[in-house]
Amino acid sequence: MNQKKQNKEKKYSFWGDTWKRLKRNRLAMFGLFIIGLLVFCAIFADLIAPYDYATQDLMNAYQGPSLQHWFGTDEFGRDILSRVIYGTRISLQIGFIAVGISLIFGGFLGAVAGYYGGKLDNFIMRVMDIIMSIPSILLAISIVAALGSSMTNLMIATGISYIPSYARIVRASILGIKDQEFIEAAKAVGTSDWTIIIRHILPNCLAPIIVQATLGVAFAILTAAGLSFIGLGIAPPTPEWGSMLSTGRNYIRDYWHMTLFPGLAIALTIFALNVLGDGLRDALDPKLRG
Amino acid sequence: MFKYIIKRLLMLIPILLVVTFVIFTLLYITPGDPAKMILGQTATEEAVAELRAELGLDQPFLIQYLNYMKDLIFHFDIGTSYTTGQPVIDEIMNCLPATLKLALSSILIAVVVGVPIGVISAVKQYSIFDNIVMVLGLAGISMPVFWLGLLLIILFSVRLGILPASGYSTWQQMILPAVTLSAQSIAVVARMTRSSMLEEIRKDYIRTVRMKGQTEMRITIFHGLRNALIPIVTVIGTQFGSLLGGAVMCETIFSIPGIGRLMVDSIKTRNFPIVQGGVLFIAIGFALVNLLVDIIYAFLDPKIKAQYK
Repeated sequence: MNQKKQNKEKKYSFWGDTWKRLKRNRLAMFGLFIIGLLVFCAIFADLIAPYDYATQDLMNAYQGPSLQHWFGTDEFGRDILSRVIYGTRISLQIGFIAVGISLIFGGFLGAVAGYYGGKLDNFIMRVMDIIMSIPSILLAISIVAALGSSMTNLMIATGISYIPSYARIVRASILGIKDQEFIEAAKAVGTSDWTIIIRHILPNCLAPIIVQATLGVAFAILTAAGLSFIGLGIAPPTPEWGSMLSTGRNYIRDYWHMTLFPGLAIALTIFALNVLGDGLRDALDPKLRG
Repeated sequence: MFKYIIKRLLMLIPILLVVTFVIFTLLYITPGDPAKMILGQTATEEAVAELRAELGLDQPFLIQYLNYMKDLIFHFDIGTSYTTGQPVIDEIMNCLPATLKLALSSILIAVVVGVPIGVISAVKQYSIFDNIVMVLGLAGISMPVFWLGLLLIILFSVRLGILPASGYSTWQQMILPAVTLSAQSIAVVARMTRSSMLEEIRKDYIRTVRMKGQTEMRITIFHGLRNALIPIVTVIGTQFGSLLGGAVMCETIFSIPGIGRLMVDSIKTRNFPIVQGGVLFIAIGFALVNLLVDIIYAFLDPKIKAQYK
């Protein structure tokens, strides 16, 4: 008994093993660090930000980076660093909630399509194909146009446009698993379909979903910032990175710092999520490694 | 092959029917009355009602949709712009050349730059060149189109003053927009080329060709790249879709009167016929590109050609 217990402790679990491999990937760890930093900024924005994000100080407008204002000030004299810090809240919220929407709906549709197959599968996947025949940013634009531009609608719009990719992944994973013996065994003892899907199938296709979700947060943040940039997303007073860029664009001839920093925040976030996603893909599936 | 193409073109019809239906429904439920938008805040109730009747906006949803489809199929008419009174098709056709020029030059840059970089990276795997390219590639993928555009304007138009920041008629004006739009695709194409090449050049037949005494150059290009092309072509095809999306940003930044900017402006003024038409056109374009990719497959791989019947 004692011997058995020791053996168990020495063995790495699947997640422990993944973590071990991920730790060796320096770029992915850098990504993880940046994301941790961003989450920290989002949660403690009130404590970290040197100034309030909305307080105007017209005497100090358009100032370049200095010791008082590391990232300079905008056209109303608001501190850009503080606005970028508060912006993490908005972007991360949009990213995570949008991915949540596409994950729940896409996962459900993909699971149903893959598990039941037949006509239902055909119908669901054709609808997904049609959604995919519209480039996702255009679909998001159309949805925002229909619903009106607000933060909630932005999340819904980006969320809906990425449903098909999750549906496909979940469906493909289920197709690969559903005929294996352990599923048959579960069916034989009378487990209900949904219990089988949730308890036995989904945990087995978690790896590709995690990778896609990590990259998905990046897509969602990028799409939302892009929509705000062209004036279809979050309107200016809110410190959203895309809309800060859009404002900065008006002063591009004289005040470059107004476009540099919000853009840098977007690019760094996307970069971090991309390298983490890539790293996770390698770590979760050693077979795929080049 | 011909039969296959016809079959694929016919398959476009149900897709377009559903796309039009989805977009029509979306814009139907959109709050805001276009008639009021056209006439302005000061218009009388009667005038608004009259215009609604004239535009057919007082009809039930399904009738409106059927009318729209009837005009589309029989007269190739997709409505008139609420703001200018011009047929939507004309407005879109006016904007199409700018978008096409932008998208095509970007995809050209992506292929001409991305493929060779990917090939060299694969052949010299883990070299300094490869490492630099891979990090730059990741940076390129993470670069928002709209931010890159602004940075390039700051550097080349504002600071150095060597390239214009707007317009699209001369080739100098096209440089910044095309480079901006292609950056991400260059990165994606280069990464895909690299991984596809890496897989290919490890195969046995490459060793055989090498033993025959073929030069490395010929091995890489005529054997390796030739067989690694399918995933590369696929990724170029999908890039075209995101290019069309990126074109919306790019056209906004560089003040290019293309379809993307037309659509964004139309959304802001609730000019729905234009938005519907724009989405329809882009969906068709996207579907045609996918078809083209499938046709190119047949030329690249005889095994695939045999399946097209």
